[in-house]
Amino acid sequence: MSTGMRYKSKLVNPEEKQDHEKQYVGFATLPNQVHRKSVKKGFDFTLMVAGESGLGKSTLVNSLFLTDLYKDRKLLNAEERINQTVEIIKHTVDIEEKGVKLKLTIVDTPGFGDAVNNTECWKPITDYIDQQFEQYFRDESGLNRKNIQDNRVHCCLYFISPFGHGLRPVDVEFMKALHEKVNIVPLIAKADCLIPSEIRKLKERIREEIDKFGIKVYQFPECDSDEDEEFKQQDRELKAVSVFPPSAPACVFKMKAGLDSSSEHLFLSDAISKEERFESAPFAVIGSNTVVEAKGQRVRGRLYPWGIVEVENQAHCDFVKLRNMLIRTHMHDLKDVTCDVHYENYRAQCIQQMTSKLTQDNRIESPIPILPLPTPDTETEKLIKMKDEEVSTISACASWVLELESKEFLQGCPIEAVLRLPAPVSHCCGLLGWRTGCETCGFLCQGNIAPFHPRHRCFCAQAGVNTL
Amino acid sequence: MAAPDAGRHAQNDGCRTLSLSAHVGFDSLPDQLVRKSIKHGFCFNVLCIGETGIGKSALMSSLFNTNFEDAPSTHFLSSVQLRAQTCELQESNVLLKLTIVKTVGFGDQMNKADSYQPIVDYIDAQFEAYLKEELKVIRSLFSYHDTRIHVCLYFISPTGRCLKTIDLLTMRSLDSKVNIIPVIGKADSISKAELEEFKKKIMSELISNGIQIYQFPTDDETVSEINTIINGHLPFAVVGSMEKVKIGNKMVRARQYPWGIVKVENESHCDTVKLRRMLCTNMEDLREKTCAYYELYRRCRLEKLGCRDIGPENKPISLQEVIEAKRLKFFLEMERKEEEIKQRFVQRVNEKAAMLEEAEQQASMPVCLEFVF
Repeated sequence: MSTGMRYKSKLVNPEEKQDHEKQYVGFATLPNQVHRKSVKKGFDFTLMVAGESGLGKSTLVNSLFLTDLYKDRKLLNAEERINQTVEIIKHTVDIEEKGVKLKLTIVDTPGFGDAVNNTECWKPITDYIDQQFEQYFRDESGLNRKNIQDNRVHCCLYFISPFGHGLRPVDVEFMKALHEKVNIVPLIAKADCLIPSEIRKLKERIREEIDKFGIKVYQFPECDSDEDEEFKQQDRELKAVSVFPPSAPACVFKMKAGLDSSSEHLFLSDAISKEERFESAPFAVIGSNTVVEAKGQRVRGRLYPWGIVEVENQAHCDFVKLRNMLIRTHMHDLKDVTCDVHYENYRAQCIQQMTSKLTQDNRIESPIPILPLPTPDTETEKLIKMKDEEVSTISACASWVLELESKEFLQGCPIEAVLRLPAPVSHCCGLLGWRTGCETCGFLCQGNIAPFHPRHRCFCAQAGVNTL
Repeated sequence: MAAPDAGRHAQNDGCRTLSLSAHVGFDSLPDQLVRKSIKHGFCFNVLCIGETGIGKSALMSSLFNTNFEDAPSTHFLSSVQLRAQTCELQESNVLLKLTIVKTVGFGDQMNKADSYQPIVDYIDAQFEAYLKEELKVIRSLFSYHDTRIHVCLYFISPTGRCLKTIDLLTMRSLDSKVNIIPVIGKADSISKAELEEFKKKIMSELISNGIQIYQFPTDDETVSEINTIINGHLPFAVVGSMEKVKIGNKMVRARQYPWGIVKVENESHCDTVKLRRMLCTNMEDLREKTCAYYELYRRCRLEKLGCRDIGPENKPISLQEVIEAKRLKFFLEMERKEEEIKQRFVQRVNEKAAMLEEAEQQASMPVCLEFVF
C-alpha cells in the first residue's frame, strides 16, 4: 500500500470537478507535498527493548527489522551477573526502503532483572529517558533550533516471560515506573512454549493484572472515518482475535458473519472488532534469525522435532501483527504520543518545578532560560497569586484533616464535610484515557488531574478561563 | 539405620571358611528381605525447586502418571514457601508412598538473596525430625514415616543461554544436603541445536563453580553402562503435561501446538522418559546417599551439642553419659533462672506498690485531669 495512492483517492471526482471548476484552488496536492518533503527529510525512530535475559529480545529486533544489530555481543556468565547493574546501550543504524530513509536507534537494557537484588533496577532506565527529554527541552528552548536531534524514546517493548502465570513483581514495578514516560507495548516472549489455550489464558490474566495495577500501556487508536478502506480492514484485523486454531468453527462463523452482506459489512465487523478490540494484546511473539524449509518454501522459523514454527504465520504467533502495528501503521502515532503527551507532561512538570523554585528564591535568574510565556497582565497575576494562596491553605488543611482522620471519631466522615468545602468538581480534563483534550484550551493531558493542576492554571489562565 | 556389618566378616582373622555338604537354604535371605520390604512398602520424597509456572506440577504428574493438580500460584508472595503433597501409588504388588514438596514463590521476589534459606531450613527440619526420633528413648523407627528428601529436582529456566545467578546460589547451598538433579523445564521452547549448546554451557558452569550434582552410580555392572551414558545427558530437558491428547485411538500426554504435537513419552521430543527411568531404577541408591547426607548432618548437629566420640582421656564416651550431664546442667540452670525471676517479681511488686501509694496521695489533691493513654 503506497501512501501516495491514499491521498489521490480523496480528490474530487471528475463530475464534481466540472461543476466547481471555478472554485478549484489546488491545495488538494498538499498531502503529496508533505509526502515528498518527509521522504527527503527522512525519519527517525527510537525503540527501547526491556526484559530479563534470555527472552529473545535481540532475536525479535533482528526479525522485525530484518538486519543483524547485535554482531559482537558479549554475554555474561551467571557468576559475573550476581551484582550486575543495568546498562543502557544504544545501537543506531540507517536503513532504507523504497527511497524512505529511517534512522533507527535501538536502546538495549542488558542486566535488567538479572541481579539477585532487583529493587529499583529500572532507575537507570527512567534516568535515561528523563535525560533525553531534558536534552530535547534544552534544545527546544535554545536560540539555534535548526538541527534538533530527537533522541527521545518513542516506544518501549517490554518482554514478559511466558514461563510464569502472568506478571511478576519486577514487571509490575517496571511498567508502573515507566508508563507515564514512554509508550509501553507489552509482549509475551518465546510464545512457542505455549499452546493456544494457554496463550489465551495468559493474555487474559495479563490484561486483568494491567488493569488491576493501573498500568497505562499504549492503546492503538481507532481509524478516522475517512481513512482508506484497506487501512481500516487492516486495523480491524489487528484488533480481532489473534490466535484461533484452524479447527475452531465457532470463531470462524463469527468472523464470517461480519463479512457476509456488503451493506452490513462495516456495521457487523465493527461491532465484532470493538468487542474483541483488546483481545490480541499483549502480543505473543516468536523471533527467529534462521530460515528453514517448510512445505517447500523458505520461511523464517524454528525447527523442532515435532514441527516447524513459522514466525510470519498468523496462526502461530502475533509477530506479523506486532510488525504491522509497530512499523507499518502506527510508527508515527507512537512518535506523536511521545511528543504530545509524555514530553509535554515532562516539560510542564519541569517548568512548574522551576517556577515554584523561583517564587521561593524571589525571582532569581535561573541558568536555564525560561520559555517565552506571554507575561500575564496584572489582573491574571493577581488571580494566580490568590489561587496559589488558596492552594497552600487548602493543602495545610488537608494535612491537618489527615491527622484528625487518624483519630477514630473522624473516620468515615468525608473531608469536605469536615472542612465545609463544596465537593470537588471533576475537572474539565479529568476524562479517562490519554488522548482526550481539555474542553477549554484543547490541551492534551493524561487521565485524571487534580483540580488544582498547575499546568492548567498557567495555560487556561491565559485564556482568562476560570478552571477552578 | 547403622551401616550393615556384612562386609567385615570376611576380614575377621580366626574365622574359617567352611564348605557346605548340602543345601542349607540361607540363600533365600535376600528374598525374605524383599518380601518384608514389599509388605512394608516404600517411601520416596521428591523436592521440586523452580520458578512459579516452570512446570513442576505438570512434570510430576507426567512422571508418576497421577494428577498432582495444584491451583496456579500467584507471583506476588513476599517469601518462598514450601508445599507438600503425599499420595500412595501401587504398581503390581509394590506400594510406594510418594511425597512431592514444591517451592511456591521461588524467584518472584525483587530481592532474591535469601530465597534459598527457606529451602535449606526445610531440608534441615526433616533431618532434625528424624534425628529426634532416633534419639528418643522409646522409638519406632520401623513405622516412622521418613520425610527426609531423597532427591531434589532443580528446574532451570529455558532461556537457552546459561544459568541464572539465583540457580547458582541455591544449588551451592543445597549440594551438601541433598541429591540434586538439574532439569530444564518447559524444554519445548528450545530447538535441538540450541539444546546441545545449552546443556554443555550449564554443565561447564556447574563444574567451574564446584557444585556437586547427583551422578548416577557407575559401580554396579548391570547399570553402569546405561548410567554413564545418561550422566552425559544431564541436565534433562523435560516437558510435562497434565492434559491428554487423542493420537490415533489412544489418549497420550502431549501438548498440541498449531505446528505439531509434542509427545511427553517420546524420547526424541524430550527427556521425560529418561528421567522417569533413571529415578525408578536408582531409587535405592538415592536413598542410600540421602542417609549419607543425614549422617553428615547428624554429626554436625551432635558436635554442636558438645558430644564427642572420643572423650578427654581418649576413651569413647557413651551418649547416655553426655546426655545425663547435659540434663543436670540444664536443670541447675533452670533453678537459677527461676530464683532470678522470683526475685525480680518481688522487686517489681514493691515498686508498683510504692507507685500506687504516691498516685493515691496525688489523687487526693485537686488537680486538672490529664489522661495519658
